[in-house]
Amino acid sequence: MSDHKINPNKWIDLYSDYLFNYTITRVNDRAIAQDLVSDTFLAGLKSMKNFKGEASERTWLVSILKRKVIDHYRKINSNKGKAEVRMSYNADSETEGDWLEERVADPFDKTAEDQIENTELANAIDDCLSKLPKKQAQIFEMKTILNYETETICNELEITASNLWVIIHRARTAMAGCLEKNWF
Amino acid sequence: MFMKKFMISCEESGHICDKAQYKEASIIEKVKFKFHTFMCAVCRQHSKNNTKLTQLIDSIKGNQLSISEKKELKTSFEKELQKHQ
Repeated sequence: MSDHKINPNKWIDLYSDYLFNYTITRVNDRAIAQDLVSDTFLAGLKSMKNFKGEASERTWLVSILKRKVIDHYRKINSNKGKAEVRMSYNADSETEGDWLEERVADPFDKTAEDQIENTELANAIDDCLSKLPKKQAQIFEMKTILNYETETICNELEITASNLWVIIHRARTAMAGCLEKNWF
Repeated sequence: MFMKKFMISCEESGHICDKAQYKEASIIEKVKFKFHTFMCAVCRQHSKNNTKLTQLIDSIKGNQLSISEKKELKTSFEKELQKHQ
């Protein structure tokens, strides 16, 4: 029955980006998101025996994370034991006391829809990255997402610059092909 | 003579296009590239797709864990992992 194996040694490398992206769009605070992801991994570790292998590891971890996010909101809303939804419309002290109408966001700014699209895009990019050969994905990520210098990558992986550009080119072509259907 | 210097192959044009995505192409390379894409429809399309890919990735960048954050996460998790094994 168990089609999926569990192996916590690789969790951070494989899933931390995906889970972080999932969390950051829901809690909107980097520090809190990081804590929640970390908590999720620890909780996963503790309840590893309960993993039945019906879903993939990632799905399983996301389901834990979901509970963690809900718990987080529950906690901040019950600080005084009141069933009250606490929202700070604007944390900025400069605008404190302004009427809400004056604080309405710029309609051309980020909207909820953008946020959703952003999450979907990030997941799509993640999926496409995981389809690339390992070395290509690693180099593409270092160069494009983490913004490493060409030299740094070359030194670290002991490859030549022209070698790097060939790999980047292949990765970019593959990524563009993978994202083409939905995102171009 | 002049033409020979500025005529580049599609391969080279692709290489410059990749470099330009990371702002690493020189001015001379860019001129060569512009000249090439002026004539070559395939490279024009490729350049368009390539730029779009850069834009897409740029738009999600804020949502990514930084290297130091990832490291931090990793060390704290590994401590816990050792207790479990």
